[in-house]
Amino acid sequence: MAEVALLDVSKSFGAVEAVRGLSLSVAHGEFVVLLGPTGAGKTTTLRLIAGLERPDQGDVVIQGRVVTREIPAERDVAFVFQQYSLYPHLTVYDNLAFPLRSPARRTDEKTIRRRVQQISELLHIESKLGNRATALSGGEMQRVAIGRALVREPAVYLMDEPLSSLDAKLRAELRLELKRIQRELGTTILYVTHDQIEAMTMADRIGVMSEGALIQLGTPREIYERPNSAYVAGRLGSPVINLIPAELLGNTLPPRVRTVGLRTEHIRISPADGPGPRAQVHWVEHLGDQNHVHLKLATHSLVTLADPGQPLRAGDQVSLEFESPLYFDQAGNRLGTDGLRGHA
Amino acid sequence: MAEIKLETVAKTFGTFTAVKGVDFTVDHGSFFVILGPSGCGKTTTLRMMAGLELPTSGRILLDSEDVTALPASARDIAFVFQLFALYPHMNVRQNIAFPLRCQNYPRAEIRRSVEETARLLRIAHLLDRRVGGLSGGDRQRVALGRAIVRRPKAFLMDEPLGALDSEFRRLMCGELRELHDRIDATTVYITHDQLEAMAMADRIAIMNQGRVEQIGTPQEIYDRPGSMFVADFIGAPPMSFLTVQATLQRGDRSIKVDGAPVEMPQLFEDRAEGSFALGVRPENVSFADASSLRGHVIGAEYLGTTQIVTVTTANGQIKARLPSGNTVRVGETVGLALRPDKLSLFDAISGLALPSALYAGDRDG
Repeated sequence: MAEVALLDVSKSFGAVEAVRGLSLSVAHGEFVVLLGPTGAGKTTTLRLIAGLERPDQGDVVIQGRVVTREIPAERDVAFVFQQYSLYPHLTVYDNLAFPLRSPARRTDEKTIRRRVQQISELLHIESKLGNRATALSGGEMQRVAIGRALVREPAVYLMDEPLSSLDAKLRAELRLELKRIQRELGTTILYVTHDQIEAMTMADRIGVMSEGALIQLGTPREIYERPNSAYVAGRLGSPVINLIPAELLGNTLPPRVRTVGLRTEHIRISPADGPGPRAQVHWVEHLGDQNHVHLKLATHSLVTLADPGQPLRAGDQVSLEFESPLYFDQAGNRLGTDGLRGHA
Repeated sequence: MAEIKLETVAKTFGTFTAVKGVDFTVDHGSFFVILGPSGCGKTTTLRMMAGLELPTSGRILLDSEDVTALPASARDIAFVFQLFALYPHMNVRQNIAFPLRCQNYPRAEIRRSVEETARLLRIAHLLDRRVGGLSGGDRQRVALGRAIVRRPKAFLMDEPLGALDSEFRRLMCGELRELHDRIDATTVYITHDQLEAMAMADRIAIMNQGRVEQIGTPQEIYDRPGSMFVADFIGAPPMSFLTVQATLQRGDRSIKVDGAPVEMPQLFEDRAEGSFALGVRPENVSFADASSLRGHVIGAEYLGTTQIVTVTTANGQIKARLPSGNTVRVGETVGLALRPDKLSLFDAISGLALPSALYAGDRDG
């Protein structure tokens, strides 16, 4: 059953359409990530579900109940913001207990103690329960902030870039932990980010947004391997997918193909006398486990991966072999291998 | 072009020693990156090279000339801070010309230099535009133009891309490196981002707590980290460590990890019983049912073609980079195989790598 659903929801701020005709449902126990650049409408979508904004059109449904007209407190949701806001004068324990002590909930202290203990163990902060919130590291503070949402058991957790203020190392750690916690508790999470790694590594399904609209919704693998458009193809994958004008690749392509998408791992470099298109090595970037080889195919720049053992130097002539190309039409929509709109 | 040499350069602020005797040479025309976490002394080192700080001890040589006590203005060096700082009321031409006008260059020469610089940066068509209306990339190029128009002997750059989002940063990395090659510059570049360092550098110096931990080509540092600090700082995800108690003998080619023998490069040193860390990079770990080195899977992170699988063992956590086609279930117990010729062994107390066949191997680059 859908825990949360948006039915054809739109929201404008003045002349700006922040969310346009968005429909989305998140199943019980599912981790859905909305991915998109700044201004794509991700945060507005979360705020509409939380009741912090009211839609101009459409409905918000939580556990089968239409909540569009309800105030935030009446909706069964918990929100985690990008900036952790803890009560500095309280201990970690009291910060975690705070939502349960709200007069609206009136949980008894014994239940609170059990719940706080359980959540702090899950987040590996049980040894810090007696500390002041201000005596914690950044990563610990953000874990407490997430914990404060987790002590409650709402229908859905709404998370707005909760890891983005942390350094890379801590972010990688918490990514793994958040996913583990979600799996262990079977919670439903709708998570917003512009970081494709977060989306790919944590999501059961990713919704790619652009300019207020949901462009594609699918598992990370579907989105990566079968993007419905050049736009979506460019959102996942690092380095970014190569989008090559069809005319540079000769006339063996299906009709209507205007752009060919090739991920870096799908271009193979062979000696210059090979059968494929010729290119010139422009620059070799060493990343340790792999090299990124920057190539020029006529005037077009390409990036491909190569083993660090492969001897390549700037100026070398090579020929290219392609696998699993993605074909896009004039409008950027993906075509099947036969050149028709499809799901090849 | 210039060669910059630092000889046991140190800097103390009050009771705090920011730089503790640093030695290195930046070769003519090379792109040299100083990499390290915040507070490691990298910015202080750069500022001493620029003449913005006076070293407490040691010498700095620019093309064999001792410039230790010379002020910044007397060194032929351009210092580039974050690249976005442009004068908003001036157009592109005036922004690029500014450093030359400050030094009273003749009008005709300014014009020629500015136009040549704009051509190099492929922004000649923008010269008469206001900077306010430019895209982020073009603004960066104008800022770069202002740094290179004087054609100094060397460029010193302090996290110039720090304020940019990650996609744009990758793009600018490529452009900066390309520009460096085109104008035959000597560049010293500071960053805390290991990817930037790996992508651009001819050589990297990794600093930690005021000292240089290791200097080498990106590949050398990646394949043969001199310390656990370096191994952990480089790579995404970084190297994993398995902690073991052992007595080691010169010539050993394997080590027992939780009772399981693990092959490694031949060791060149005897060591008394102690605590050691066996280091392995994610791409050198695979699953092997028959292996007696066991662990259980606590997470799998999909990254497109590959996935990062995290496995806990009795001796520590290991990350493996595997094809995403392999099915991995969280909670399952797996056997681990580590690629023998790529393993590093560290003294777990000092953090330093033990000499072995891996470290004696050919130096590349």
